[in-house]
Formats: sequence, C-alpha cells, structure tokens
Amino acid sequence: MKTSRRQFIKISSLGVGGVALASSAIGPVSSSSFLDELIEGNPSTNLKQTATYCEVCFWKCAAWAYTNEDGKIIKLKGNKTDTHCHGRLCPRGTGGVGMYNDEDRLKTPLIRTSVNGKQTFRKATWEEALDLIASKMKDVKSKYGAESFALLKHGSPGSHLEHLFKAYGSDTIAEPAYAQCRGPRETGFELTLGPWIGSPEPTDIRDTKCLVLIGSHIGENMHNSQVQEMSDAIDNGATIITVDPRLSTAASKSQHWLAIKPATDIALLLSWMHVIIEEKLYDEAYIKKYGYGFKELKEHVKDLTPEWAYGITTIKPEQIRETARLMAAAAPSVIVHPGRHVVWYGDDSQRERAIAMLNGLLGSWGKRGGFYFKEKVSLPKFPHPAYPKPKWGWEEIGKKYPYAEMGITSELIKSSIPGEDNEHPIKAWIIAGTNLINTVPQREMILKAMDAVEFIAVVDTMPMEITGYADVVLPECTYLERYDGIRNAPKRVPSLALRQPVAKPKYNSNPAWWISKQLGERLGLHDYFQYNDFEDVIKWQLEQVGTSLEEMKRLGVKKFERKTPLYMEDGEDFEFATNSGKIEFFSNELAANGFDPMPVYKQHPEPPQGFYRLIYGRSPMHTFSRTINNPNLNALKDTNKLWVNPKVARILGLKKDQTVWLENQDGIDSVFSIKVRVTERIRFDSVYMYHGFGQNNKKLTRAYGKGISDTHMISKVAVDPLMGGTGLRGNFVKILTEDPHKKSII
Amino acid sequence: MQEEIFVSGRHIPNIDPYLQIWHWQISLYLFLGGLAAGVLFFAALFYLLKKEDEMPATVKYAPIIAPIALIVGLAALFFDLTHKLYVWQLYTTVRIESPMSWGAWVLLITTPISILWVFSYYRETYPRLEAKLQTFKRLKFLESFEKFLIKNRKVMAIALIPLSLVLGVYTGILLSAFNARPLWNNAILGPLFLTSGLSTGAAGILFFSKNHFERKLVSKIDLALIFIELALIVHMFMGMYAGSQVQLEAMHILLGGSYTVMFFVFVIILGLLVPFVLELTEIIGFKVPVIVPAMLVLIGGLIFRIVMVNAGQLTRYLY
Amino acid sequence: MVIDTLKCVGCSDCVVACQTENNVPMGYCRDWVTESVSGTYPQVELELKSERCNHCDNAPCVRCCPTGASHIVEGGIVLVTHDECIGCGACIEACPYDARYQHPEGGYVDKCTFCHHRLVKGQDPACVEVCPTKCMYFGDLDDPTSEVSKLLKTRKHKVLAPEAGTSPNVYYLIK
Repeated sequence: MKTSRRQFIKISSLGVGGVALASSAIGPVSSSSFLDELIEGNPSTNLKQTATYCEVCFWKCAAWAYTNEDGKIIKLKGNKTDTHCHGRLCPRGTGGVGMYNDEDRLKTPLIRTSVNGKQTFRKATWEEALDLIASKMKDVKSKYGAESFALLKHGSPGSHLEHLFKAYGSDTIAEPAYAQCRGPRETGFELTLGPWIGSPEPTDIRDTKCLVLIGSHIGENMHNSQVQEMSDAIDNGATIITVDPRLSTAASKSQHWLAIKPATDIALLLSWMHVIIEEKLYDEAYIKKYGYGFKELKEHVKDLTPEWAYGITTIKPEQIRETARLMAAAAPSVIVHPGRHVVWYGDDSQRERAIAMLNGLLGSWGKRGGFYFKEKVSLPKFPHPAYPKPKWGWEEIGKKYPYAEMGITSELIKSSIPGEDNEHPIKAWIIAGTNLINTVPQREMILKAMDAVEFIAVVDTMPMEITGYADVVLPECTYLERYDGIRNAPKRVPSLALRQPVAKPKYNSNPAWWISKQLGERLGLHDYFQYNDFEDVIKWQLEQVGTSLEEMKRLGVKKFERKTPLYMEDGEDFEFATNSGKIEFFSNELAANGFDPMPVYKQHPEPPQGFYRLIYGRSPMHTFSRTINNPNLNALKDTNKLWVNPKVARILGLKKDQTVWLENQDGIDSVFSIKVRVTERIRFDSVYMYHGFGQNNKKLTRAYGKGISDTHMISKVAVDPLMGGTGLRGNFVKILTEDPHKKSII
Repeated sequence: MQEEIFVSGRHIPNIDPYLQIWHWQISLYLFLGGLAAGVLFFAALFYLLKKEDEMPATVKYAPIIAPIALIVGLAALFFDLTHKLYVWQLYTTVRIESPMSWGAWVLLITTPISILWVFSYYRETYPRLEAKLQTFKRLKFLESFEKFLIKNRKVMAIALIPLSLVLGVYTGILLSAFNARPLWNNAILGPLFLTSGLSTGAAGILFFSKNHFERKLVSKIDLALIFIELALIVHMFMGMYAGSQVQLEAMHILLGGSYTVMFFVFVIILGLLVPFVLELTEIIGFKVPVIVPAMLVLIGGLIFRIVMVNAGQLTRYLY
Repeated sequence: MVIDTLKCVGCSDCVVACQTENNVPMGYCRDWVTESVSGTYPQVELELKSERCNHCDNAPCVRCCPTGASHIVEGGIVLVTHDECIGCGACIEACPYDARYQHPEGGYVDKCTFCHHRLVKGQDPACVEVCPTKCMYFGDLDDPTSEVSKLLKTRKHKVLAPEAGTSPNVYYLIK
C-alpha cells in the first residue's frame, strides 16, 4: 500500500467508540419478558408524544416520536396533518429509532495522532477538538484567506455550518447533492420553463392522468408523498409510462414499460416531440401564446421519426407513437417527471431540457395534474450582521460551467490538489453530513486531494468511511436529540414543521448548531450567534409569523394560507421566468454561449466486449450510507446484490447467489465481493446494484464489507459542460468469479 | 424465468432457510416411544394369550425397557421445550384434534402402568437385587401392593394393548397431520411408525431372550413386521410420487438429495434388509448371533426417525 | 386483511412498523415482503406483497396445539396465550406459511396478532396504518358494507397456498 500522509485509520482498538458488547440481539426495547407478559406484548400505554421532523432523507416528514417513562424512544409515527407524509412515515422514517439506538454511533470527539509510527485516533474533549478546529480556521484565514477553507455538506448539519462559514468569510461551499445528483435538472428546467424544480418536486401526481417517468424509480426511491400520490394515481386509473432499461417497481406498475437501451433517452424524447408536433397533438393556442422558438423546434425534430428513434433506442415505433398520443390525450394533466438523480452521461442538462420542453409542449406547467406552483412561508432569518464578501468562492471555482448555480463538489475537490493552474487553492475541509468518499466518484482524485489538504474535520453521527481520513472527528447527535432549523419546505400548502429534541443526546455527542456556535465564538464571530440556545432562534422566528413554540410543540406542523395561486388559469397572461418570458423551445442564451440551443442526440460510449454498463439506484429501505448500519433497516437489507440478466449468467456460468467481484474499464477492482442475483428485470448489457453498500469502515459492525460500493467502481465521469455535473453511468464492469486481490499477492 | 425472493431480508433464526425447531431430542423420543410401545404391546399380548411362561423375556424381563425408554424420552421432550416452566399446561386440557395432546395423556397413563407392570414381576425377575436391597422388608405396604398388582395383571394387560398401540401410532399421526411439511403429510406415516415401533420392540425383546422357542417366535414376528414396514415405505414413496409439486420435491430429498445416503444405507439396508436376511437365514437353520439383527433393527429405527424429522423440516410449502 | 399488490412497492415499512409497535426481537419479523418475477426480458411481470400469519379459518396451528394456547378469538383472529404455551413447536411445524417463531427470550411462540391490542381500541394494525401506498386494508369480512368486502367483490384476488386447505383470511388483489 502506498504511503500517504493521511492514512486511512481502520483499526478499532484504543476503545475508540467503545463498541458496546451488549448483545445486539436485544432490540430497541426493554428485554424483560416478564414485563412483556404482563402488558400482553405491547406497552403502548403511557407513551409521551414529541413532535419532530425526520432527517433520514431530505423529504423531512413531520413525525411524532413516542417515548416511555424512561425516556427511551419506542416508535415513530407520521404526523397526520403533514402534507409530506399524511401520517405515514416511510420505512426509513419508521426505522429512525435504529439511528438513535445504534451502538456503533460516534461517541466522542476524536483527534488524529501517531502512536509508534502508526496513525490512529485518540479520544479528545470537545474543548480540545473545537479549539483545534478553530485554530486551524484562524491559521488558514491568515495564511491563505478564509476562502481556502471549504465546506462539503449535506442536510441539516450542513446548513448550520454554512452559516458559520459565511460568517467566517468563506463561500467555498458545495454539496454533492448538486453536481453529483440533481443539478442538471435545475439547469434544464430553468432554461426552459423558469424556476428550479427543487425539493420536494412540485409534481401533481395525485391528480394526473398520465405520469411519464424517465428512469425515475418512484417506489424504490421512497420519497414519501410522491409514492403516496403515485398510489392514488393508480387508484384513479392514471396511465403510467416508464422509460427504463430495468424493470423498476414503477415500471412494473406501468401500462407501458419502454425497455430503452441505456444512454439513448434524448432520442426518445425528441422523437416524442416529433410525433406530438407532426400529428398536431398539441394545443395550438397555448403554444402560440406561451411558446418561443416553436418553429425552430419543429424544424429540429422534423426528421427525428419514431423509426429513427427505434434504431437508436430499440423501442418499437408503434410504442413510441402510442405513448406520445397517450401523453397528449391526457394533457395538460400529464407529468413528464424531471427525475431526481440525473447525472448520467454528461449531456444531462440537455436531456432535462428536453423533458422540460416536452412538458412545455404538453402544457403541463402550472396545471392541475401537471406541475403545481409551490409556495413557502416567508420566514425571516434570525438577525445577524451581513456576511463578509469573500474574494472568491464556489462560483469562481466552477466558472468553467456557466450554468452552475451551486458549488460543484468535484471541482472543489480538484481545487484542493495543488498545481500551477490551480487559481483557487483550497487548503482545508470540513465535511458535514455526507460520506464523501462513497458519494463522489473518482476515488483516486479524492484520495489525492485529501492527502494534499492540510486539515480535514468531519462532523457526522456514524463512523462512516470518510471519518477514517479526518484529522478531527466530531460526533453529532441524531435528529431525535436536537433542535434544527424550522422546516419550511415549499409545497401545495405552505407549512412549518418543528424539530425539537425527543431525547437527550446520547454518549458525548452534540448538535451541529452548537458546534457552529462554539466555533463561531472561538473565531470572534459572536455577533452572528446572538443566542444561547437554538431554541431562542426558533422561538423568535415562530413569533414573527404569528405562532409560538408552544403551539408548534402541540401541533408539530402548522399550515398557512397560500398567497399566490396554485395553478395557472387557462389563457392567463402568465409570464414564465425565462429570458423571453415564454417557454423556450429554442434558447438564444445557449446558442450565444456556444451550446446546442435545442437538445441533440449524441451517441455515448457503449460497453466493450465482455463488459457491462454499471447502473445503480435506491433501495426503499435505505438512504445509502446514512441508514446502512441502522439495526432496524440493516435487518431488512444488509447487502446489495448484482442484478445479472439470465442470458449473461448463462454465458458467464453464473449461478444465483454466487460470489463475484467487479473490475471496471480502468482496471479498478472492487474491494469486497458481491452475490449475484439472476433476474429478468435487468437488460443484458447492464448490471444493476443498490447504492450505499460496500462500506469500508470496520466500526460499522453491521455494514462493513457487505456488498460493493458502486461509487468505488466509478472512475470515469462525463462532465456536463453546462453546469459541471458528473455523469456517472458511463462506467463498464467485468464480472470476475475469482478474487482479484488474491492474484496480486503472487 | 420464475424468481421468488424475500425483499425484506427474512432470516428468522431456526425458521429460515428451513425449519430447525425439532432436534435430535424429538427423534430420540419418537424412537424410544415406539420401542416402549412395541415392548409393552408384546408383553400384554402374550400375557393375555397365557404364554407368560413360554415367553418369559417378552412378558417379564423385557418390559423393563419400557419405563426407562419412556422416562428418558419424556426427559428429552421436556428439554426440547422452549417454555419449560409451563409444561404443566399440557395436563389442564384434552384437545382431541391435537395428536400431541393425545400423546401427552397417553404417556401420562402408560408410564405409570409400565412401571407397575415391571414392579409386579420385580421379585420374580430380580431376586438377587431384592435380597440386597430388602425393600419389601423395609416398606411393609409393598407386600400387599404387589399382591394387588398381581391380581390385576389382566386389567393392566387389557389396558396396555390399546395404550401401546396408540403410543406407537400417534407419533406417526402427529407428523402426518402437519400438512405444511410435505414429506410428512401422508397417512401412511402412522401405520409405518407403529410397525417400526413394534419391530424395534421385538428387537429389544430379543436382547433379553434366552429361551430358544421364544427367540424363534419373536424373530418370526419381527421378520413379518420388517416385511410390512418395507411394503409401507414403498407405499409412502408411491404416494409422494403421485402427489403435488411440493411432495415430489420432498421425495427428492430421500431419493437423490441430502438424506438419500443416510436413509438408504442405515434405514433400508442396514436397518431393514440385512436384519431381514439374517433372521431368515436363522429360521432356515443357520446360526446367526441374534444380537446382530436386533441391534441393526434398533439402530435403523432410530436413524429412520432422525432422517424423517430432519428431512421433513427441510420441506416447506412456500419460499 | 386485503392487500393490493398493484400498489405495493415493497418498501417493507410494514415490517419495521410492526417491529417497533410489537417489540419484535431484532433478527425476527412477524411480517415480510416477497417479490415474484416472471417472464423474459422485456416481457417481465413483477408482484410485490407483504405477508404474515393469515389468521386462517381452518388453522392447523390451532388444531395441533396440545395446550390450547393457540386459539381463535372473536373476529377470527388467531392468538397465542403466552402463559399457556409450552414451546413444543408443533404449531410452527404445522403452519404452511412459516409465520410463527419461538421468542428468543420468552420461549413461547409468537406471531402476527393483527395488532389485537390496537383493534380493541378501534385502531388499525400498525402495518395497515403506516403503509405509504395505502395498499393494505383491514376490516370485517362478514360485513358486506365494509371496504374489504367491497374490494373482494369488485377486484380479482387470490390467497397464498390455497391447496394447503387452511382458508386463509389475507387476500391479495391482483391484476
């Protein structure tokens, strides 16, 4: 193994974390069977309810947490008045008790040290750890400028640290959820229809007559109210059309499953547009009033017939025509879903633009059964002085990509590697709430960057793989043990949801707001943290909008009246938030910047002989690394499997549950092995697996070594020239039946 | 291609991937129960046929096996329970639909009767032991008690005939009533276990027998029982072969699967065919140490039950 | 209980909710989710459904219980009285759906109770209440106006392993 300044600390000695030796066979409740007998197997009496909202994924469903007399969290149930969940939490939310009870949690701050020449962690006090981080922050500021300290973040902890960083003078902030996930769709929709899609997506699935999913696997991505609404749509007899090389759960519930050849979606979308335009299935008056560049679009797709698309996508022309007609017949109550994780092949912004254009053609924007207009509560921010203006930040780092609207994590990582042409050198990182190494591809580059930076601090609840590379590890308490910002997510009905501590922080963990405040105090930024407890911030904010902390504690969720219309009226003089004020079928802006003004199908590399395209997705019982070690959810699924088509299995001689390894086109071998699932659900040129497995930290006792990390196998990315998104589905793998690591010993 | 999988990671200990609820304790009990049933049946039968003097081992000596077997068997069963403290609940109710309930009650009645039967012959069969222990001298009531028992031997014998038959057959009925385990779910299992039990009982008697006439008779009876047992096993396979998909798969375990070797070598060949041949040669005239076929029959009986209990738990309807 | 396989997405929320509601020991489950795939790419069909004890009318587990611990209460729900169970395991051998297990600490046999403690309060079983796709319905099959009765009248349905002859009471709506 090559020597690196920053060794990955794998050992679990020194009692670090003190893995509880108590048997994990005893579940999250009392082990007294005698008591069980007395209460007839269920103590649902005398449970206290506390309002909170979930953090297991970004949907943030409001919930009630039930605790018993000892203060132990027994179960979580959805808040019935909440529009994110309608009283029903998803399996991850229900399994949130496991996050609280997980004995593998980070328990104490850790500082990297060297013992007998070997790098390891030692336990530290909060004072020590925070002093160290603050001193580094001061150091970097004086030596290089605050801009050289980067924050790579996700979720609620990220927002607290973002406030600290901005006060400190750094806007070098990025979240993998942008350029490694949903970024291209924001760009595509913005250029065509106006606003970001954002989270949660404003898709009116409940009332739609036709739902078109391009690779989107609703049902396997357990985005709560979206899955609930799809179920409502099925009850209402809506048509579902799914375009996916794999039979996803949504595809199995669709009337039309278009088993498309991977990387050819743009051809299909353009061909659909061809059918709708040529057969005059669009609303002429609508297009005339709201469309810009329709003539150019018509010319552009004139020759892109279903027969042409058939040759590229392998979807029969009759099916392309039929589905286009179904969509048009349902218009405007039709949704061509923008998807969520859309960084696939490098031309993703253009593909999303095609989706937006198709929606524009069908007239679904702002219509019932299409896309509604979401609204949030206007919640004032807790007062603080203006943030200082940094000399450069994420925008400058990503300036090569003119349409990037948030930090591009991969670019920030690149900027951490010293080089002559590195204009914006980053010298230190804080990583909060993301297992970076299993999220961002091109592991070699990340390892190189981590080696180069002078300091890394990680804030997390679990000993994720990324903690092994930190200089300081700060244990955050889970969402069930802390206050966080009020949830003000935009939806049909604006609402606020409260998060408050349900139980006291376990072990020696603390919330991210406290960490930020402590660091802020040490950096002399007291003015930005003029409160003692985050509860004061919430109290103040709630009073500003006419409610109170007491009321929110009682309700959990408070709904507010809308101030803007939910839908667009027919014939209304509606102005789209684009340059021209209309739906931009042709984009002058793109043309001016040297990009294709209308999406063009470009062929992408195909797997060479003996290789298969690696595609990945979500499992409904997990939120990737975050839940992988959760005892309740790990019991549902503790490993991923490699989905292999039976034809391929026959050629390679693979059997069900056979152990195999993967090697990608750049010769990178998987660290662990995976079992084969021979299934007809996957295409013969691809293999599929759930993302989030293959965890490489022994301290995750339940998750370590189970399955393969697809991120680890992704070394080739296709970068989107518009916004810098890293296309991740252009990696090809070879299936090895023998352990490649054994070979290298010889 | 047809694929059926668990999505939610079901790995219930002792249930998945196949049942491991009943272990060797159950197989042992089934064997001991059958053995005791056989011994008691023959003892009672030959007593009622007034052959107690020509067949002393059958009526007087061999029955010592019964109480020992039953008590050991009951102990094995007790230790297999997972909620032991509540075992007394078994005797608070009689559930006609549950073969296990029959068994519990039959055992409750049979075990004491078998002990009393043995005790009634105690002074006759173990004079030297009694001389040493002097129990009759020490406990005066035993004298009148023994007289009482000897007077009522006929009653005990009449009671023992049905009880031992029920004891022998109910273990088979118990298994065959579980239609969720395709290997067990055929009606032949009851008579098969009874025959096997009687056969092992006869083998047990041969160990105690010193009387040439007795040995010959019991061997002949055992021969017949082995023949019937073989026929019933053939019937069992025919029935499973003509059954549903799950039964075909169950049959496959014994004919070409994980338990095939054990079944054929220990149960069919060593446990049935070899003793059959040996006892036949004995009857024809050649001298064969009678211990050998007896031992083989006993081992075969035990292995047969081990195979049935374990292989049966491998089979299931779904998943 | 009636479960609509056309809406089930296999998320296993029913499994987790049951575990937290009923203190099911870790590593055990009272209900589970199965997936059935048939066909050849790209003509493939997929069926997802949640399974549990079927509270059969002709329950073999009740029949074979030697102490009567396994019994049927009003409403047709099969329950186990923990204090009468001796842990003999006969009911586990008898169940064609492998729905029962021996409690690792209690020693008695346990299984889905249709959340009887909630039913007596007028609430739905935990799994039915939590299901995000609302594909699970619970009610009185003897009442012709109940939702479950209406669903069975209007939709095609099936039960699991009908050939076992147990008359299960969990119905699955199919295409």
